[in-house]
Amino acid sequence: MTAMFGEPIARLEDDRLLRGNGAYLDDLGHDALAAAFVRSPHAHARVLGVDVADALDVDGLVAIYTYEDLPGRIAEPLPLLIPHPALTHGRTGYPLASDEVNYVGEPVVMVIARDRYLAEDAAERIMVDYEPLPAVVGVDAALAAEHLVHPDVPGNVAGHLVQSNGDAAAAIAAAPRTLELHLYIERSASTPLEGRGVLARWDTESRRLRIWTSTQTSTGVRAAVAAKLELDLADVDVITPDVGGGFGVKIVHPWPEEVLVPWAARLLRQPVKFTEDRIEHFVASAHERGQRHQVRVGFDDDGRLLGLDVRFWHDNGAYIPYGLIVPIITSTQLLGPYKPGAYRVEFSSLYTNTVIVTPYRGAGRPQGVFVMERTMDAIAAALGLDRTVVRERNFIQPDEMPYDQGLIFQDGRPLIYDSGDYPAVLARLKALAGWDGFEAERAAAAEQGRRLGIGLACYVEGTGVGPYEGAHVVVETSGKVKVATGLTTQGQGHQTVFAQIVADELGVPIGDIEVVTGDTRAFGYAVGTFASRAAVMSGSAVALAARAARAKAIRVAAAALEASPDDLEITGGIVQIKGDPESGIAIGTVAVLSNPLRYAFDEAAQAATQFAGGDIGKPPVADGDEPGIEGREYFSPLRSTFASGMHAVVVETDPLTAEIRIVRYCVVHDCGRLINPRIVEGQIHGGVAQGVGGALYERMAYDETGQLQNASFMDFLMPYVSEVPAGIEIDHLETPSPLNPLGIKGAGEAGVIPGAAVFAAAIEDAEGIAITSMPISPSDLFELRLSRRGDRAV
Amino acid sequence: MASASEQGGITQSSPGLFDISLIVNGAPQAVRVPARRLLSDCLRHDLRLTGTHVGCEHGVCGACTVLVDGVSVRSCLMLAVTADGARITTVEGLTEPDGTLSAVQQAFADCHGLQCGFCTPGFLTTITAGLAENPDPSPDQAREIIGGNLCRCTGYQNIVQAVLRAAELRREAGLKREAGLTREAGLTPEAGP
Amino acid sequence: MLASTGPDGKVLAGGQSLVPLLNMRLATPEHIVDINRLTELAYVSVADGQVMIGALARHAQVLADPVVAAAQPLIAQALRLVAHPVIRNRGTTVGSIVHADPSGEMTAVLALLGGTVLLASTGGERSVSAEDFFLGPLESDVRPDELATQVSLPVLGARAGCAFAEVSRRNGDYAVCGVAAMVELDGGGGISRARAAYLSVAGTPLIADLTEACGAGAGADLAAAGRLAMARVSPGSDIHATAAYRRHLAGVLTERALAGALAHAKGRSDG
Repeated sequence: MTAMFGEPIARLEDDRLLRGNGAYLDDLGHDALAAAFVRSPHAHARVLGVDVADALDVDGLVAIYTYEDLPGRIAEPLPLLIPHPALTHGRTGYPLASDEVNYVGEPVVMVIARDRYLAEDAAERIMVDYEPLPAVVGVDAALAAEHLVHPDVPGNVAGHLVQSNGDAAAAIAAAPRTLELHLYIERSASTPLEGRGVLARWDTESRRLRIWTSTQTSTGVRAAVAAKLELDLADVDVITPDVGGGFGVKIVHPWPEEVLVPWAARLLRQPVKFTEDRIEHFVASAHERGQRHQVRVGFDDDGRLLGLDVRFWHDNGAYIPYGLIVPIITSTQLLGPYKPGAYRVEFSSLYTNTVIVTPYRGAGRPQGVFVMERTMDAIAAALGLDRTVVRERNFIQPDEMPYDQGLIFQDGRPLIYDSGDYPAVLARLKALAGWDGFEAERAAAAEQGRRLGIGLACYVEGTGVGPYEGAHVVVETSGKVKVATGLTTQGQGHQTVFAQIVADELGVPIGDIEVVTGDTRAFGYAVGTFASRAAVMSGSAVALAARAARAKAIRVAAAALEASPDDLEITGGIVQIKGDPESGIAIGTVAVLSNPLRYAFDEAAQAATQFAGGDIGKPPVADGDEPGIEGREYFSPLRSTFASGMHAVVVETDPLTAEIRIVRYCVVHDCGRLINPRIVEGQIHGGVAQGVGGALYERMAYDETGQLQNASFMDFLMPYVSEVPAGIEIDHLETPSPLNPLGIKGAGEAGVIPGAAVFAAAIEDAEGIAITSMPISPSDLFELRLSRRGDRAV
Repeated sequence: MASASEQGGITQSSPGLFDISLIVNGAPQAVRVPARRLLSDCLRHDLRLTGTHVGCEHGVCGACTVLVDGVSVRSCLMLAVTADGARITTVEGLTEPDGTLSAVQQAFADCHGLQCGFCTPGFLTTITAGLAENPDPSPDQAREIIGGNLCRCTGYQNIVQAVLRAAELRREAGLKREAGLTREAGLTPEAGP
Repeated sequence: MLASTGPDGKVLAGGQSLVPLLNMRLATPEHIVDINRLTELAYVSVADGQVMIGALARHAQVLADPVVAAAQPLIAQALRLVAHPVIRNRGTTVGSIVHADPSGEMTAVLALLGGTVLLASTGGERSVSAEDFFLGPLESDVRPDELATQVSLPVLGARAGCAFAEVSRRNGDYAVCGVAAMVELDGGGGISRARAAYLSVAGTPLIADLTEACGAGAGADLAAAGRLAMARVSPGSDIHATAAYRRHLAGVLTERALAGALAHAKGRSDG
């Protein structure tokens, strides 16, 4: 049988989705009442009162709830999910605003009605009396702290962290050359095509709660909602239906709506559903990326780093439920594939009166890579060296692995790179992108009046963070194999890749395998899908569970065949003496044998009733044994595993209109062993497109009063096909991770990480203007050209 | 708000409610809807054809695209009452009569043209209409066909491949059908007894 | 019907502009008058030197019409830039003109060509010329009891050519700046008349006469026309572009559109 691991097979989940038979959140609960929310129109205001009188005669209205109606723990602030000693002033919002609102879009009143149209009719008629307060918008205003977001948080500083390795200040002072850079990245957002949504049913007879939610962590939601509603965990099921994309925003939990909707369903004894609309998703979910950075770097005449000092200010929005994860990742991952010499990093995370910030694919790494790669380019420019040469001179070498960067990573563990071969990745990228031949290409284009530039950017990405994931594999008597893991799926093809792993480990046809993710009924212990961890964590757990099931099947079959387990193999779903198909027993039959039954309800069971045979001197189920062919295993690695990659892009800038066109985009990527190359490439494609969006199109345009001016797909410019490269050239390097049984590293986020850095480099190369702020639009580029003295075009 | 179309035979059954009839994926459907009911909501919630998805409700993302009398339109920008009497094809109606995937659907599976699958129904309907108009698109024309649909997962690379692959599958199927017809007609030597 | 609904009535044709506003609850009309069954208004025709577009003709229908394309090529040049094909399948050309979006391609076409809009009410019909039709951003001279039934656009003259040039953020988006240009040639291949209409640089479509700037004779000074355009426009800044960038684009795109129109005119004269 051909190995499935490594094969670019078509996805098992597609047939259903292609027929329109997917079941996303709003496709469920047709009998449910609809929830709609009155949200704050002010970025910062005191809530003086709520008048619902005009809404009461709306046909179909069921209930209206304000903060005053919330009981017990529901009236308390939402949990601060990831505390950290440096997060000294963590603040979270209430499910419904109590006496103050801190961003446009914050929920103030919940309306329940027969359908969404009617709920919105009622919401429109509810009058909330606000006393507007000065709004703090943007990093600079937060830092100036002329006004405070939270009166009890001095300087708007939620947290402040310093890490260092060596004496960076001294190293920079002693360095032959130094540079200082100021670098800025604006906000963008995950923006899945499906917004958030939650449906809840309270079963009045069994007194149990069932929740369906469009989440990246069903176990997280379960624990949080059980705590808020003061229910036993065992009385709450959380099911993740098909999820229309996540990219980070759906890892936050519980959202206000995830607490309020189940609460209302229990109170009203009727199912209730909330489906977020697009505008709500812009103003009431989460954004990311807004950071201002200051870099001081010392280096020698060959471009070798001697000391690096980075300070940055992170805009975390109105509240900080997800803690300092994003800036911690920036502060550690900006080092990329380099040895920085002495390093010091310091950041402050600042409150603003804007939507909260949580990880968005890449999660702080795009900013970090932007900072480091802009610095590398600046060093190359200062020394007149090729940009790849400067990078090569600072790379960690393969023989230096594992490499300890001397810092603490986001998971609280040492930042130790497990494996990687950065010089090899760069060599491949140079070949793929035609780096060495580019000057000739540029000159040829220039003769036709065309302006080209090339850029590259390198990154290292900690993936597969702990603490753990688990999996359960069970062989049914039909021979079907049921696999369950607790983390959730948002389109990454988990059903397919986990089935590929099980097919090889267990030796069964892939068509006999069914995978369930994100359903607490099927697997109750899990963390969630984020940080490119699903394949590493659940993939490894699935492999271990399949191995356990295999060992059990071999043992049971060996007894039946009176053979040594060492002489058996499983292939094509048949357990047999190696190389002797005649000897085979179907694995389903082995499952029958493993389960001595009393009742013969079908033929398979008949064969297995305890009266059918066996040694009468022994108990039917031996001491320490269990019935069934099953495996349940957990994978909990020592540390994260570090994927890496490098991107190059060639852009053409229009000398007159300043429009920026992508000529070609090249990716070399190392995520260890590939389970399914086609799926990995799909992840890279999607990441690159988001990188293009973040670099050239997408930004959150807040005005100074905290109104988001582009809260629609008309004005938030997510790329269409016309904005992404017509082709993305990809090459893979596979350096296996030593930290997990499959040698894999995460691949989900990689594509987006170098986006801002690589485009800034290419545009700078084309224009000869320093690019220090991203994203960049044609209008921005035009203004940069204007402000440059002696400009050649304008 | 009230709609007024007296010529189309829509009857107002009770204040604000209208009885309309649609032919959806070949099956006649009678629905009673408020005037403001969007066609997308009517399909999803009244007829429970939830394959049509709503991604923005302002006509930009294309997830809700359906075929109305064979023409691709945004069902979130059309009132259900306006569609009275129309033939509507949703993603659920794209499969062949025998239940196999259509060329466009099969091409998406072959080319890994979908990830989360949320935008996919809108792409499938849009491409189905696009290929009916231009059965042999160049790569640039393939991009033009899908130019008004947003996808956040795939970066469009494999969707463009799927458009080209679907065109290929349609041609192959057309050739096979032709060959089949010729054989049935007994016009080829191999078809003789 | 419109006579009875009063000022709170809204006409629904293609719905590609109105329904998003309804969905976002930015417009809350008391009454919607759906004209989609007035199929007799779904016509495009050419007669007496005019292209006539009925109120229910969809962009796609107008764009695909070979007679229209031959009679007034600017219409198809503009319509290809209107949103995306699926929107054009439903959106109506007359509706987009009545919507009076200063970023709309067809509003510029009506203004540049000096077309007319036919308005009907229970009181009768009246015809409004382009220069009087646009009152301000999203505001046209249609009274609450009136329905715009037809737009008429003059066909392109024998020695004339036209072109459309625009820059938008994404393909299909509203233009950051757009220019529709038309030139007429004299017998010697020089420009006898050059005019352009500008999108997204004023509250209503702006028309500039560039004839003098282009200069007489065969060697037209398109750069001078571009400079004149930059002086004439008074754009604003928004989240997508600064005023200075828009002004700059007005100059660049004037040159491009005029060059395109000139080539077009020469091609037609030669052919």
